[in-house]
Amino acid sequence: MMSTNLLYSLTGLVLFALGLYALIVCSHLLRKILASNIMSSGVFLMLVSTAYRAGNGKIDPVPHAMVLTGIVVSVSATALALVLACRVQETSNVTLVREEYQHDTSGA
Amino acid sequence: MLTTAPAKYRRKRIDPLVVLVFFLLAGVTAMLGRTICIMPQQMPGLENEVARHLHNSGVASPVTAVLLNFRGYDTLLEVMVLFLAVLGVWSLTRATFVGYMGDVSPVQLAMVRLLAPFMFLVAAYLVWQGSHLAGGAFQGGAVLGGAGVLMLITDLPWLPMVPARPLRCGLALGPVVFLSVALGCLIWSGGFLVYPLQAAAFLLVLIEAACALSIGLTLAALFVGGRPYGELMEEQPYEGGSGQGDE
Repeated sequence: MMSTNLLYSLTGLVLFALGLYALIVCSHLLRKILASNIMSSGVFLMLVSTAYRAGNGKIDPVPHAMVLTGIVVSVSATALALVLACRVQETSNVTLVREEYQHDTSGA
Repeated sequence: MLTTAPAKYRRKRIDPLVVLVFFLLAGVTAMLGRTICIMPQQMPGLENEVARHLHNSGVASPVTAVLLNFRGYDTLLEVMVLFLAVLGVWSLTRATFVGYMGDVSPVQLAMVRLLAPFMFLVAAYLVWQGSHLAGGAFQGGAVLGGAGVLMLITDLPWLPMVPARPLRCGLALGPVVFLSVALGCLIWSGGFLVYPLQAAAFLLVLIEAACALSIGLTLAALFVGGRPYGELMEEQPYEGGSGQGDE
C-alpha cells in the first residue's frame, strides 16, 4: 500500500520533469502544449496520491476536489492554447513556427 | 562529399545548453524525489475537518462538499475560467468543423444514435449521485461533453441547425446560476456563498445540474474550436443589411 502510493507519487514527479524538459527544449508550439499537458498530468497524479497519505483508510477530499476541477480546466486551457497556436501559425512567419523543419532542410 | 560531412556532424552535435537544462532538471527531480520519499507516510490532511463539518454542508459526499461548499469560491472561479476559455476560442476563430467530416460509416451512425441518449442518462445520474457518492457536476459534464464530441464526429444532420442563441444561454447557465446563488446567499444569510442550512441541499444540486450542462456544452464547443455560424450580432452590418447572409 505504502510503496504503491510512493510509486504513484514518483511517477507523477517523473512525468512533471519530462514535461518541463520538453517545454524548455522543444520549440514547436504543439510540442509545448503537449508538454504542459504532461506536466499537469504529473501534478494531478501526485496530488491524488498525496490524498491517500492520510492513513487509517481515510482519504483527504480536498486534493480530490482540486484535481477534479483541474482536469476540466486543463482540457479547456489546452483547447484555447491550440486555437492560439493555429492563429500564430496562420498569421506569423512560417519559419518561426516550423523551425525544426527549417533546421532539417538546411542541414541536409 | 566533403561539405556534407561536417554539416551532418554539426547537426548531430549536442547543444551544451540542452545538456545544462537536462542536468539542472535532473537535479531538481532528484531533490523533489528525495522530498517525496522522506515525507511522512501518515500525513494528517483536512479529512477530519471535512468530516466534522460535513453535516452543515447539505450533501453527504465529502468531495462535493469541499467542491461546492467549503471551497465554493474556488469552484466558482473555475467555472468562470471554463466560460472564459470558450469566449476566447469563439473570439479567435469560426467553426470549420461541422459538415466537413466526409462519409460516416452507418455502423457509427447507428451506434451513436443508440449511445448518446444513454450517455445523457449517465450524465444526469452522475450529477444526481454527486450529493451522496462519487460524482457531480464535473464528472457529469465530462460525460455530456463526450456525448457531444461523439455526435459531432458522427456529423448528425441536425447538428448544424442547432440555433446559436440557446447554445450561448446553455454555456452561460452554469456561471450565471452559480453566481446568482452566491449573491443570493450574500443577501439572505449575509455571506458570499454561505448557504442557508435548510436550503443547502437543494441549492447545491441546482448549481451542480446547471454547471454540468454548461461544462458539457463547453467541452463540446471547445472541440468544435470556433464560434458557430449564424445569429451573430456583429455579422449583420458587414453583410450589407438585407437578411441573414450565410445560411
